[in-house]
Amino acid sequence: METRNLTCIVCPLGCEMTAQMDGRKVVSISGNTCKRGENYARAELTDPRRTLTTTMRVKGGGRVSVKSKDTLPKGKLFECMTVINAWEVQPPVKIGDVLIKDIMGLGVDIVATSRINGV
Amino acid sequence: MKADVAIVGAGPAGLAAAIAAKENGAKRVVVIERESHLGGILNQCIHNGFGLHVFGEELTGPEYAARFEDKAAALDITCLTQTMVLDISPSRVLTVVGPQTGFCTIEAGAIVLAMGCRERSAGALMLPGGRPAGVLTAGTAQRFVNIDGYMPGKEVVILGSGDIGLIMARRMTLEGAHVKMVLELMPFSGGLKRNIVQCLDDYNIPLKLSYTVTRIHGAKRVEGVSIAAVDNKGVPIKDTEEYVACDTLLLSVGLIPENELSRGMDIKIDPVTGGPEVDSHMQTSIKGVFACGNAVQVHDLVDFVTEEATRAGAAAARYLFEEDKAIAYCPTKAGTGIRYVVPQRLRLDGDKKTLFFRVTNVFKNCVTVARCGDKVIARKKRLVCTPGEMESLCIADEDIQGDVIVSVEEA
Repeated sequence: METRNLTCIVCPLGCEMTAQMDGRKVVSISGNTCKRGENYARAELTDPRRTLTTTMRVKGGGRVSVKSKDTLPKGKLFECMTVINAWEVQPPVKIGDVLIKDIMGLGVDIVATSRINGV
Repeated sequence: MKADVAIVGAGPAGLAAAIAAKENGAKRVVVIERESHLGGILNQCIHNGFGLHVFGEELTGPEYAARFEDKAAALDITCLTQTMVLDISPSRVLTVVGPQTGFCTIEAGAIVLAMGCRERSAGALMLPGGRPAGVLTAGTAQRFVNIDGYMPGKEVVILGSGDIGLIMARRMTLEGAHVKMVLELMPFSGGLKRNIVQCLDDYNIPLKLSYTVTRIHGAKRVEGVSIAAVDNKGVPIKDTEEYVACDTLLLSVGLIPENELSRGMDIKIDPVTGGPEVDSHMQTSIKGVFACGNAVQVHDLVDFVTEEATRAGAAAARYLFEEDKAIAYCPTKAGTGIRYVVPQRLRLDGDKKTLFFRVTNVFKNCVTVARCGDKVIARKKRLVCTPGEMESLCIADEDIQGDVIVSVEEA
């Protein structure tokens, strides 16, 4: 049995929670003050995911800001960064344009969050 | 040039104020912006989490700004970019210089000040040591990385746990830097909990509370910093001092409302917020001059800036058509456990009002209370109040019978 500590981010209270894990299975959670805290802990302990926001190089100079359209597995963020940093985009770019489709086969697109006018 | 409403700054506050002014009947609305683009600091805030209150969805900074830019364009609002306001007279004449206007004056029916805020810089901290390259504010680093695409360093120490510092800890890490630690002088962080978890804990970056930098080492480039724990008065404890090698020191040590123009026109400034004193219409001590956003008080969330600026812009437009009649005011005051209250004066005009304030410390299981004399006029139970998160209370106009005092008390 493994013990994991985590801080709840659902509300500003920030409960310090303790979870007992049996391998990948959550056995018990304590320290939370509400049900939302428990749900957060379960998701965080079994499949932590994050939205990735970064920038991509623009042909001819400058950067365009981008994000993952949906959350990515937390453990894959650095590999996704490497993929995005090797990419270059041709202007013009509109907000919401898909710049990388299905990054690393994770089923999530990388989309533009700012616009770059054509030259 | 003439304008019904002139707005200084095209960040989130300025754009929301301009849109509200237009929607409330002002015909010629002119926004004056120093930078070449609209949206202000949101353009470099590429992370998400903006817009949950205003749009009910999580947007990045540039996406949030774009919604307001598009709306301003659709409403035919004049935006003068790369244009600097040099001076504003109390009779509401702005002296500006820029490529579209040249050197000219703008006579405005009403003015909204929306200059935002600036970061406290290294000079303000009086850190001993030389002035090597590699010491920069977190916001400057954010601009270098996100707009210009340059990495300012590889081995990083961050002083101050404000949200921009936390966001930059994650950003620098994702781009391959090694963020060694974040130091915070106070025994608690001023940043949002969510940022501490997702920007520091996620990447195993230690947050050292009650710690500060005592010396910067290096001649041309930062080579390291001395750090030490501080006692409860914030004074470094000598025998805890240690050396940390690094090539970059980022500072996230507070934001200061930008009010050079307001001071120039002798607007009354609140010494605690650093912004103009405002009434419940966001009107400053000078009639027809309104203020909003981080120029008034530093906000934690852009959504609240938008809300405040919308009120300021609407009030500025209404001012154009309002006859000049005497209005009674009641002041607000910060009581026990409260650092400041905005607005500083309440107009007794029959409208419902919201008081915004910050607590001085972390309070658990408490109540925030607004009183007039002995009478409680608003009360809110709170599981926790922290200085990093703005609090609010709604009060009814008919309950205001004198000074309104806000305090935080045990539940």
